Amino acid sequence: MKLIRNGTFVEDDFITVGDGDQLPDGAAIVSLERWQAERETLRARNAPIGVRLQSGQEPGAIADDLDRIDLVALEFPIYRNGRAYSYARILRERYGFKGEVRAVGNVLRDQFQFMIRCGFDALEVTDNITPEIWAENAGSFSLFYQPSVDGKKTVLSLRQRLAARARENATA
Amino acid sequence: MGGGLGRTPMIGKKIAGFVPKEDLLAYLEAVMRVYNMYGRRDNIYKARIKILVHEIGVEEMTRQVEAEFAELRKAGALHLPLEEVARIEAYFQPPSHENLPDDSAELNKAVLADRDFANWVKSNVAQHKVPGYAIVNISLKPIGGVPGDCTSDQMDAVAGIAEKYSFDELRVTHEQNLTLAHVRKKDLHAVYDLLKAHGLATPNIGLITDQIACPGLDYCALANARSIPLAQQISERFADIERQHEIGELKINTSGCINACGHHHVGHIGILGVDKKGVEYYQVTLGGAADEKTAIGDIVGRAFTEDEVVDAIETIVTTYIGVRQNGERFIDTYRRVGIDPFKESLYETH
Ligand code: SF4
Repeated sequence: MKLIRNGTFVEDDFITVGDGDQLPDGAAIVSLERWQAERETLRARNAPIGVRLQSGQEPGAIADDLDRIDLVALEFPIYRNGRAYSYARILRERYGFKGEVRAVGNVLRDQFQFMIRCGFDALEVTDNITPEIWAENAGSFSLFYQPSVDGKKTVLSLRQRLAARARENATA
Repeated sequence: MGGGLGRTPMIGKKIAGFVPKEDLLAYLEAVMRVYNMYGRRDNIYKARIKILVHEIGVEEMTRQVEAEFAELRKAGALHLPLEEVARIEAYFQPPSHENLPDDSAELNKAVLADRDFANWVKSNVAQHKVPGYAIVNISLKPIGGVPGDCTSDQMDAVAGIAEKYSFDELRVTHEQNLTLAHVRKKDLHAVYDLLKAHGLATPNIGLITDQIACPGLDYCALANARSIPLAQQISERFADIERQHEIGELKINTSGCINACGHHHVGHIGILGVDKKGVEYYQVTLGGAADEKTAIGDIVGRAFTEDEVVDAIETIVTTYIGVRQNGERFIDTYRRVGIDPFKESLYETH
């Protein structure tokens, strides 16, 4: 597994721990179940904490805790299950979550760009993904119709800007 | 929402009477979000909006969509400005029709002089909302032909006709025919002559030989049974145009498998190819409709073999003729009498 954060391949500074495992000293990612059971101890630790949501575990379950969570990992159990796209947008748009939103599980190259658009800033990818493959797929589309969390200008707003410029030129 | 055919046919339900134009995209996004979050993921055949609507019910679906829509509106993201609607609408402006009297002396004369032309006008020409114009439906269902097939020469000819007589516009219909949407009434006979010269003047739109058939086993790797040869046999059986008019409006839709590309569920008579231990069978449904009284057809009984099915269609037609009142259409008769008379005549002697 490799981790890409904000477009850069980086060492993963978080350790994902199982529900029975001992917590490491540093940053850790736990399941929703463990978070709910050990919330207070986990919060009291002096290290970053992440929560991993499976498909079907909605962000609403941690909405009230988000100011104490540094990272939310959203699972794609299989590429054709896109629930985590909605979860990512809800985290960003509805709950204003500013921490890391990480895509884990069946993260495929042709979906990189869609994940970024929905608010993922980190992706856990398979080892065969190189910076070249990343660059090629993360930027495969240059224009967008749908507004999204990434704040990219839509085709509609570009059109409006062009029309405004044409009007200005006409009056100038 | 929640309509669809395939292996689980369902009629769509209304969840919102009217949505403001500016909110249309946001509303659709709300629908997609609800489906994405709560649709079935455990079974690919059930990963459908229609299954979700069916399982939770239309009221609950509406409630969830409305709630999601309210949230999306707070974000204010997918607003569709009216100027954008206007920009798109500009591409769909009607052509500049001439100012014509509605009645055309040329047309009236030609109808009286040419009986075949008159028959074609009766079945293939539809009323246009602009005076002096008509809509021409080109049947791609010659008797015994492959439904919807058109040669390259025919396509060239039709393109030429569209260019000269119908504002250079040609439409393909889901009923596997072509439409010239704006023909001046006074040009109808000229258009007819050209179509006829290219074997494109079959006067059977809406009649029993104007069938929809999917590619079926001849072309499709998913098929259970052949569709095209069956459609051809039915077409031959009912070739007589007088008889077709006597039968009246009747839609036969055939699919070669459960994927329902031929929309058999909504054919007045629907035929579905099924496979029983390697042998092709045809299951027949009655009473389907894709009109303002949309209905999924009812299965009439056990499936027919390849040798039986054309006779079965004929039995259904004769039964209908026997029980219809005052020139009722097949579908209206079916809605009135139900499936029993057809079951009786199809299966009584077996
Ligand atoms: S209905 Fe079945 S046989 Fe016919 S085209 Fe579709 S998939 Fe192929």
